Amino acid sequence: MIVGRGETWSGRVLLVLLMAATLMPFASLFVTALHPRGSYPSGLDWPADPHWGNFVTAFQVARMGELVKSSTLIVLGVVPVSLLLATLAGFAIGHLRIAGRNVVFLTFVLGLTLPFEGIITPLYYQVRDMGLLNTRWAIILPLIGLFMPFAVFWMRAHFVNMPDELSESARMDGANLWQLFWRIHVPLAMPALSSLAILLFLWTWNQFLLAIVLVDDPLKRTMSGALGAFQGQWGTDMPLLCAGSLLILTPTLAIFLIFQRRFVTALLQGSLKG
Amino acid sequence: MARRTPKTRRPGPARAAGLRTPSWVGWLFVAPALAVYAVFVLRPIALTFQYSVYRWDGIGSSTWAGLSNYGKVFTDPDLFATILNAVKLIVFFSLIPVVLGLVIASTIRRIAASRLALAARTVLFLPQVIPLVAAGIAWSWLLSSTGLVNQLLSRIGLGGVTRAWLGDFSTALPAVGVIGAWVLLGLCTILLLSGMSKIDPALYEAARMDGAGPVREFVSITVPSLRQEIGVCVTVTVIAALASFDIVYVATQGGPGNTTMVPGLEIYYLAFSERQVGTASALAVVLMVLVIVVALPIQWLTKDRSS
Repeated sequence: MIVGRGETWSGRVLLVLLMAATLMPFASLFVTALHPRGSYPSGLDWPADPHWGNFVTAFQVARMGELVKSSTLIVLGVVPVSLLLATLAGFAIGHLRIAGRNVVFLTFVLGLTLPFEGIITPLYYQVRDMGLLNTRWAIILPLIGLFMPFAVFWMRAHFVNMPDELSESARMDGANLWQLFWRIHVPLAMPALSSLAILLFLWTWNQFLLAIVLVDDPLKRTMSGALGAFQGQWGTDMPLLCAGSLLILTPTLAIFLIFQRRFVTALLQGSLKG
Repeated sequence: MARRTPKTRRPGPARAAGLRTPSWVGWLFVAPALAVYAVFVLRPIALTFQYSVYRWDGIGSSTWAGLSNYGKVFTDPDLFATILNAVKLIVFFSLIPVVLGLVIASTIRRIAASRLALAARTVLFLPQVIPLVAAGIAWSWLLSSTGLVNQLLSRIGLGGVTRAWLGDFSTALPAVGVIGAWVLLGLCTILLLSGMSKIDPALYEAARMDGAGPVREFVSITVPSLRQEIGVCVTVTVIAALASFDIVYVATQGGPGNTTMVPGLEIYYLAFSERQVGTASALAVVLMVLVIVVALPIQWLTKDRSS
């Protein structure tokens, strides 16, 4: 290809600038977190005497251990069930092609662009009447429902592309529908499922609105909701708030860095399909 | 075999033999997903519509209000301003990330396979991974009066314009927009970049032979080929702008005054602080309709005509 050297260099410079702009907020959080508690340090000035202890204090006052546990419980409640329900439904709509599938599918697709704020008010009264307010179920159950449009859409897109011959030959070999589903189709759906799992994990972990409306106790919320409460309590103590924010970011960041390839692919596919 | 519905679009003869499944069995597969969806999404949607035509404080009895709540949404300047603010945010959440993303992606297209670009992929995705609340907190600090943004501005001789960006009536909304642009720019850039990798390089070579410069290339090849990806970026970011909540809640709480109040946050305040469930629901209906009305045409316009 005919490429000017100048173009390559301008690309590099632009890329580095862009990365710097992306990392700037993180750098600012980090540097500020090292300043003495209660101070208002300016910009990116490195402290004369870094207070690493702020991280320990933030860990204790935010009760990080319990927060991670709470978020993990919520994720464990949401993600596996959502995956199962969406796989079953996607299989029936995309592969079994049940009668009336277009109507069902359209019903799900209708929810794809739904802003959560649109239904948060009735959801509050509904969850209250179910007696689930201030429990983790108040986040888990509505989230499963709210994830269904995307999850079913995603799994249907996978099953629609599965050749019929596959099921036919399994049927010839005497597999019943249940075996056909579990032994043949679920294993083949693993790549689609794992990408979906990553997306659902992320969206659950970072869910904010449901957490602050439906659960008062920060220790029963998602990480994101707990961070909201932490800001309310420690908002005037910048170094501590920054240290706490960084700690609360760490689990997602760690998981992202470990599975980054899958994450990036999942997020790209996710937005392309949605 | 007789039970198969004749409506199947691809009724291959072999297919009927293989998937001999009565429809009601298939429905059993759909039922659980449909049930949670109905209980936790469809029912609340219906209730939002119902609440929106009543006057209710959330505790006592409700009285019929007809369409007066909707009238209030469109005539009360404070309420209508929230919708206008959301629309203004589109400039920052959508226009900037998509345009800038296009420019950046086409500039770095040639080095897309380099090690630097691979590292960039990871870095640029960070804003997508972290909670928006954390982005809000970090940026509130950056944009504060002693923050890094002002420090950088003073250093390049622009000390005169420094201010508490999120606390100033004239700059608060754009400042919130900048946070959104930061969150969405990376996603758009990488989406567009991955779309560009699918464009046939021969197209570019041919253009170069014909003497086309980078700008011509960009306008005549890159943008038209990325129709679908641009559509996705615009849809995702416009919805993010209209339905914004987390960032505004953390960064400004809608202030100063009402300058950064968006529909999502107003619904939250109306329903849970001011106990005006009817008005909150009417605004919620308007928001839901607005999102669909905006998202559908974008999908239509950018749909891949060839498929």
